[in-house]
Amino acid sequence: MSLADFVPFLPEIFLAVAGLAVLLLGIPMGSRGSRPIIAISIGALAATAVLIFLVGRPTAGPQLILGDMLVIDQFAVFFKVLVLIASALALLMASGYLDRAGYSSGEFAALILFADLGMFVMVSGANLASLYVGLELMALSVYVLVGYFKLEVKSNEGAVKYFVLGAASSAVLLYGISLIYGTTGSLDLETIRSSLTGVPHQNVLLMLGIVLVAFGMLFKVAAVPFHVWTPDAYEGAPTPVTAFISVAPKAVAFAMFLRLFAGTFASEVDHWWMLLWIASAATMIYGNVAALTQDNVKRMLAYSSIAHAGYALMGLVAASDNGTWAVLMYMGVYTFMNLGAFGFVILLESKGYAGERIEDFAGLARRHPAAAAGMLIFMLGLAGIPPTAGFMGKLYLWAATVEAGYVVLAVISVIMSAVSLYYYFRSVVQMYLKDGEAEGEAAAQMLNDRWTGTAIAVCAVLTLVIGLWPAPLVGWAKSGLSALGF
Amino acid sequence: MDFLIANFAEILFYCLAFLTVASAIGVVAFKSPVHAALSLLFCFVMVAALFLLRHAELLAAVQVLVYGGGIMVLFLFVIMLVNVKDLKLEQVFLSGIAPLAVIGGVLLGVLIAFGLVFGVLASGHGDGTALRSVDGDEIGNTEAIGAVLYTKYLVPFEVVSVVLLVAMIAAIVFGRRSAGLEGAGGGGGKTS
Repeated sequence: MSLADFVPFLPEIFLAVAGLAVLLLGIPMGSRGSRPIIAISIGALAATAVLIFLVGRPTAGPQLILGDMLVIDQFAVFFKVLVLIASALALLMASGYLDRAGYSSGEFAALILFADLGMFVMVSGANLASLYVGLELMALSVYVLVGYFKLEVKSNEGAVKYFVLGAASSAVLLYGISLIYGTTGSLDLETIRSSLTGVPHQNVLLMLGIVLVAFGMLFKVAAVPFHVWTPDAYEGAPTPVTAFISVAPKAVAFAMFLRLFAGTFASEVDHWWMLLWIASAATMIYGNVAALTQDNVKRMLAYSSIAHAGYALMGLVAASDNGTWAVLMYMGVYTFMNLGAFGFVILLESKGYAGERIEDFAGLARRHPAAAAGMLIFMLGLAGIPPTAGFMGKLYLWAATVEAGYVVLAVISVIMSAVSLYYYFRSVVQMYLKDGEAEGEAAAQMLNDRWTGTAIAVCAVLTLVIGLWPAPLVGWAKSGLSALGF
Repeated sequence: MDFLIANFAEILFYCLAFLTVASAIGVVAFKSPVHAALSLLFCFVMVAALFLLRHAELLAAVQVLVYGGGIMVLFLFVIMLVNVKDLKLEQVFLSGIAPLAVIGGVLLGVLIAFGLVFGVLASGHGDGTALRSVDGDEIGNTEAIGAVLYTKYLVPFEVVSVVLLVAMIAAIVFGRRSAGLEGAGGGGGKTS
């Protein structure tokens, strides 16, 4: 290992240093509100993106670095850029929110940057040790972010539930990893993969290891039956954190899921497809049905994000190249739609409280036509209606699932998408058909926060543009297939 | 006597293993928190002895220093700071989760037994060479761990240092009294 080996690792090193810098800067700059700190953090994220472009991307095929611990490939770059964009948008949304709630921003921004570092290690891990350590760094930062509003009971409750169940799932994942290490004698993904192919494996221990790893990953993507933490953590967390954790950790968990199951354990597909098939179907059905009765928009979006994990799992079940890039594409699309929808929950304020109830959206179309139109775009997108990106994402997933022969699963997801129309359109009906002032209450107001507004506008434009012209994102997602073992 | 000498390692192992499990049960069975903590300490030391039996000297030393030393002190600090005699037993809470805990414990036991039966017993146990050799060169256990930790596993090792930093930030964020703006003149946060 020479110093030159560290050059492709520079983006991660920079992120760690930036996290420390922001943490320290938070002390003298705390009195000036959150905006300077947030601006510096977003600058650091942009600089990281530049570093990835300069040194952190593969020049000729996947490249293993630093003792084969990490792999530099297009697959990792796709998710790294996605994580950077999602965190920058979440930070933009958090800036005004932190000031209004009266919480400090230094630790907040530093935790987001450290979580990003963990996600970077997770998406480029080529060894079960580095994958696990990255996962833990991401998870630990996120637990703290969920409980960041420590004076609010809901925030505490969500954080504790998330932490306890998350720690249990990490233990299950670790036990699975130890069984895989015990049977294959290696933690290196490429070594495990080559030891699995060729030999017909009926090793019970290895099967149990793979199943336990699948359980751990299903927890991280919030799939049924490992979803119980999701509604409470999403509802309790500060809304910008909810926006962040519903997209970035989910996307990187899918990245790790894909690297392990579509890459390393691909030859064992006969043993695990059934498990993921059931999880996918159960997640779609439960997430969509449970969302029907939610009156709290954050909770509704939490159940909807469970359902979306179920859709994306279809791509994994398909276990094909088309399935893999469809998941990448879907995660890219879902990130912008979900961030945008949560952005409106942040901006909507009713009588000094956050406008989280579905009735708070009443009459929005008349008072804030632009905002209502934006919310309409995100709801259409999440439901998967044609002119938006959500439709394109689902279309490729369906195509891959049917192509792989899982027609029943595709049919379930189509039916469930139709069911989801009901709850997504409850807020649309409130915005366009109800008059918020008729009930004798003060109507909810949109806060005028330019930073959050910008973030939402970016999400809305991307949701529409990707829906109308998906070719660039599709091409980019397909380039991720050159990854290790695919 | 010959039997004793020939199987000394096994007999020692089973004695230590029995004491480890017994002290672990003691942690949950003792009513007094101080007794439970002492039982936990004993459990840590026994695990260190088990490591020694497998020629993992560094792990044994770390086990005693970190768990037996550092972590136990923290446990005892908490027990001394919280006046445990005044705490009431939360009967309702505990009885509510008892069936779940039993199911979880049984599941865990089955999983571990499964791993033992199919893994260790089927393949036998190694002679511990892997613990003290790197790339075929046999060196001491401590050197082997150091060599692997600071070369091959450098990245996970460094990332773990950031994990510890995040844990410290977490402790400060949750431990301070107000919302973190007191130094900035912002006062506490809204409590609504």
